[in-house]
Amino acid sequence: MLNPQRAIEVRFHGRGGQGAVTASIILAEAAALQGLYSQAFPEFGPERRGAPVKAYTRISKGPIKTRAPILNPEVVVVLDPSLHPSIYMQGLKSDGLLILNSKREARVIAGELGFGRVAVVDATGIALRNLKAPIVNVAMLGALARVLEEVSLDSIAKATLKALFNIKWEGDLASLLKTSIIGEAALGNIKALNEAYRLTEVYVA
Amino acid sequence: MESVLETRVRQVRVFLNSNYAAAYAARDADVDVIAAYPITPQTGVVEKLSEIIANGELDAEMIHVESEHSALSAIVGASAVGARVFTATSSQGLEFMHEVLHIASGMRLPLVMSVATRAISAPINIWNDYSDLMNVRDSSWITFIASTAQEVYDSIIEAYMVSEDPRVLLPSIVAYDGFWMSHTYEPLYIPEDRGIVSKMLPRRPRYVLDPDNPITMGSLVNPDWYYEIKYQQVEAMKEACRVVREADVKIKEYLGRAYEPIESYMAEDSEILVLTYGGAYETLQSAVDMLRSEGLRVGALKLRLWRPFPVGDLKSKVGGAKTLIVVDRAISYGASIEGPVALEVIAALHREGLHPTISSFIAGIGGRPVSEEDFKGMVKKALKLGDKALKIGSIHWGVRGVSYE
Repeated sequence: MLNPQRAIEVRFHGRGGQGAVTASIILAEAAALQGLYSQAFPEFGPERRGAPVKAYTRISKGPIKTRAPILNPEVVVVLDPSLHPSIYMQGLKSDGLLILNSKREARVIAGELGFGRVAVVDATGIALRNLKAPIVNVAMLGALARVLEEVSLDSIAKATLKALFNIKWEGDLASLLKTSIIGEAALGNIKALNEAYRLTEVYVA
Repeated sequence: MESVLETRVRQVRVFLNSNYAAAYAARDADVDVIAAYPITPQTGVVEKLSEIIANGELDAEMIHVESEHSALSAIVGASAVGARVFTATSSQGLEFMHEVLHIASGMRLPLVMSVATRAISAPINIWNDYSDLMNVRDSSWITFIASTAQEVYDSIIEAYMVSEDPRVLLPSIVAYDGFWMSHTYEPLYIPEDRGIVSKMLPRRPRYVLDPDNPITMGSLVNPDWYYEIKYQQVEAMKEACRVVREADVKIKEYLGRAYEPIESYMAEDSEILVLTYGGAYETLQSAVDMLRSEGLRVGALKLRLWRPFPVGDLKSKVGGAKTLIVVDRAISYGASIEGPVALEVIAALHREGLHPTISSFIAGIGGRPVSEEDFKGMVKKALKLGDKALKIGSIHWGVRGVSYE
């Protein structure tokens, strides 16, 4: 459960074009839809495709009284497995969680990093199957929903539709997966979200 | 937080960054003419307004101009014929507007402009500080500085109230941090029925250019009258302080949110007060919580109204505090105290006969983050230096190769 005094802090790492900034906004909006307080902002810099990108989300029961970048996140989400661990492991809390886009086993990665709390999902594979493009941000949000009890998969689905397609959906995820009225691209994203949620492997040493 | 807020006006909870909050405020104020030129980090404001006009949500003219000088000139013209107008800019764009800033205020036109504050070239830096805003300090624009997206929205509505008041008739700027706010998404409430904002902002008669009733605006004025005309601006600025307080009451009445020219957090029993402005005030409040848990009696002040400078509010908020630390986010090169707000605070308190130990810090220049740890460090440095702090001038916090031992 959320500590009412403190915000949950999530840091996204990706490369320009993969949607890390959008993912941070969708997560924060999903929290806001549940009536929580939230905040999302990117690490600002020249916007170049392929360059390392950082984005931040804070979620809290009370008003968020800070605008400083997140140095010690509870959760780190890595959209691109080619980023060096020295970048994304920086400041991650020892009782926090690393979520990685990878085909490899969570236990093996945990051993290599010497960090015993790892979740993995093959977001690239899921994105290619559902979107026909390696845009992994929504799949990574599915993995996040699996481990972050404060924000529901339903809320993330709603926020995804709103942020990416300007669609307001009042129903739940199950009703969404059965519909065709939201269009193929939107449905692909919702399927990717749902598939990633189911396929995420969580390892705690 | 509920998704609907039942104040006198029913409000819905939306999720926006401060650029979009500014755009929605201009929409809800039902502006007639917008002219703007894109510049980072403001661009989102006019992008969103273009979308709003294209969607048919707002019946307004969007004039695409070739520069910020032209953007401001265009809305000066539109305002002169009676339109309600809006523009937005940042950094070099605000610099390029400079001469027209004085023309707008001298012609007593109630323009409203949002400024996503940003550092100034050279060297080129797109990130946040308040050097652009502080440079236009003397241009006779009423200037609000907001620290949340909610406050950006509310302040733009409030700015039209104040600017269009017949006792004022001066333009307004609503400023907020570039990037730290312009690109940060957060929840806020806006009225569900936009019509209510129009009720809050009735169109008031003023002198306008009209071929059937010709008048002259901005003509040549000889030395025998120029000073008296400019003195009217001095008076209008003084009057604006009172009108802002009245507008604060109206915003509270309709939207349920209370604003003051100088806001405070845990300040009442504080021995030590830290004053800053913009988004950094949020982080400062967290730092105050941390310092309080260490046993220091610290509180935070925020300068919300920069022009006119709220001398009386500052006096009552500072009260009997022993130490006052002003954290600026701009540099006034060569000044006796290089922090522009610190300089003003010192003058105002001297005028009112209050003499706390004051120190001036400058932090966050060119987008460097200012964290809770930075604020804690500044407070501890100020306490260590005591009276000696001000003899240094302003302390440039975090600059490599400089020490104040």
